[in-house]
Amino acid sequence: MTDITTEKARIGAPSAQPFINGFTEEGESLSPLNAAESKAPLAGEAVKRHSHGGGVGVPDSSRAGRLTSYKLADFKPLTGMEEDWRFTPLKRLRGLHTEVLTGAAPAVSVTAPDSVKVETVGRDDRRIGSAAIPEDRVSANAWENFTEATVITVPSEVQVDGEVSVLLTGQGTDASAQHVVIVAEKFSKSVVVLDHQGTAVVSENIEILVEDGAQLTVISLQEWNDDAVHASSQQAKLGRDAKFKHIVVSLGGDLVRVTPSARFTAPGAEVELFGLYFADAGQHLEQRLFVDHAVANCKSNVLYKGALQGRNAHTVWVGDVLIRKEAEGTDTYEANRNLVLTDGARADSVPNLEIETGLIAGAGHASATGRFDDQHLFYLMARGIPEEVARRLVVRGFLNEIIQKINVPAIEERLTEAVERELAATNH
Amino acid sequence: MSTLEIKDLHVSIDTEQGTKEILKGVSLTIRTGETHAIMGPNGSGKSTLASTIAGHPRYKVTSGTITLDGEDVLAMSVDERARAGLFLAMQYPVEVPGVSMTNFLRTAKTAIDGEAPKLRTWTKDVKAAMAQLRIDADFTQRNVNEGFSGGEKKRVEILQLELFKPKFAILDETDSGLDVDALKVVSEGVNRAHGEGNMGTLLITHYTRILRYIKPDFVHVFVDGQVVEEGGPELADRLEDEGYDRYATGAGAATIAAASAAAQA
Repeated sequence: MTDITTEKARIGAPSAQPFINGFTEEGESLSPLNAAESKAPLAGEAVKRHSHGGGVGVPDSSRAGRLTSYKLADFKPLTGMEEDWRFTPLKRLRGLHTEVLTGAAPAVSVTAPDSVKVETVGRDDRRIGSAAIPEDRVSANAWENFTEATVITVPSEVQVDGEVSVLLTGQGTDASAQHVVIVAEKFSKSVVVLDHQGTAVVSENIEILVEDGAQLTVISLQEWNDDAVHASSQQAKLGRDAKFKHIVVSLGGDLVRVTPSARFTAPGAEVELFGLYFADAGQHLEQRLFVDHAVANCKSNVLYKGALQGRNAHTVWVGDVLIRKEAEGTDTYEANRNLVLTDGARADSVPNLEIETGLIAGAGHASATGRFDDQHLFYLMARGIPEEVARRLVVRGFLNEIIQKINVPAIEERLTEAVERELAATNH
Repeated sequence: MSTLEIKDLHVSIDTEQGTKEILKGVSLTIRTGETHAIMGPNGSGKSTLASTIAGHPRYKVTSGTITLDGEDVLAMSVDERARAGLFLAMQYPVEVPGVSMTNFLRTAKTAIDGEAPKLRTWTKDVKAAMAQLRIDADFTQRNVNEGFSGGEKKRVEILQLELFKPKFAILDETDSGLDVDALKVVSEGVNRAHGEGNMGTLLITHYTRILRYIKPDFVHVFVDGQVVEEGGPELADRLEDEGYDRYATGAGAATIAAASAAAQA
């Protein structure tokens, strides 16, 4: 819309051996203290381990150095000064970072074709921890406190007609923990919708395993009531030639913080991460994503679009894309667009791209935050379109790009209506 | 039969150097069926006149009037003016991301007519008008002006002119940046719209070239925010031969230079 900055990074072949450990000719790439544990620690034996960030006294400037652990005790109490919490108003987390999460978790109701297996399992189920490891205190708190998990399995080679619908209905304002595992087995094809509604204070871990050759779409809808507080870590692990599409839609809730990540474990896989958010007065909607190119020849494409209106509407988008040394042939692009509709709203947008090898197909990032443009308005009004209609036309068009990616007509329709309702609120 | 009447119009803009008067008393009357050409050097205020009629917020009317069949145009909002029957084909049409041409054209037509066009005939009308202007059918799926070339944008402006059927069309340097083929296509479109007999045309141009395809009934020469000479089509021929230089001697070369400088600013 305005001031679009696009940076395409194409770096030449790296030198054979760095002169100083941890440094390349591009400068500091990784904390040397961290190098030994720089591989993504996931599943299997990694479950019992944890990695610390940059170590004592070393800031975790690289996303690779972020502390990950299944144990709450490994994460220090939050101060709000941490890089990954600096935009979040901790006071409004309503204890998700400090309390024992014993409240009733949102009720889970799954509607799925018979070919899909739905189970409720205990903490000791072998699939727990197969795709995710907490990366922050709130996520670890949920991991420590959840009592049962929902496991949804799309069996090998099954192509699911229609979508698997997971309705998560909040049970009130007691701080709670939720756990969902989605397994798309080899060569399966499916769409899973996580539909968050009602009132909840919940920290949620969603594990997503996309096995070799599987194609999975996960759509996470946050249409909470106005008083809901929701932190959701949604981590996907991708096998060879897997295709994963992830769409986050955050409209409702007082504070919603979604942290999706995608980790490549074998070549040939592709991820698309899309997001749409619309913040009204006083709402805090945060999205922090991480794409971990840990192996060669994978592709990622990220696009998040947000609209803001009203006093103290606040959105945060942080996009971390890491191309590790091993990830030659990577092709990645990430972009965030925000449209600020009124005074008094704030959009933070931070695209981070770390590149540890020059032998890549492409890497780019872009961010643009624009006001609703007077020139657009004049053009449309000069064609007889009233201001109110013109404004809707532009916002609807802006967000429609994401809605169109969903490809589930009923949900597309529902979201289009939801956006209309948000826009109608502009008048007040 | 409609009349668009501009009387002693004074218009200023706010610049970093303070308020600057661009139009210094312009009077002009256009009736249905007439084509008026406004010609003049860069910075003479031609485009300011066009934008002021359309109601662009940048331009402040300090005195004078604009009326459409006696109604006070200056009291109307931008969209009200369009609905009253004024159409501005813009010099630099704006790209509107996210809004498809189809959606835009239908929304505008609905606003102007006060009711939604009948779907079947509307689609046919749009298709036919596009074909005549040699606009590819797939443009309807694209976002308004997004990624269009300069010539495509101008053709899409004329497409709107033909579809919206205004009482008065103001063409703000629609010819600039067009090659001869595109110029012909665009001119034919204007002539078709004008030929229906319900429209008056105000053609603003720097060059005489377009006047070979669109025949004006009246020619007004603008210099430094004022009409310095008026006449019939023969005045355009004279301008083609002599250029604007002779007005420079009358008004003073410095004025022209200052006006040009202002236009650059």
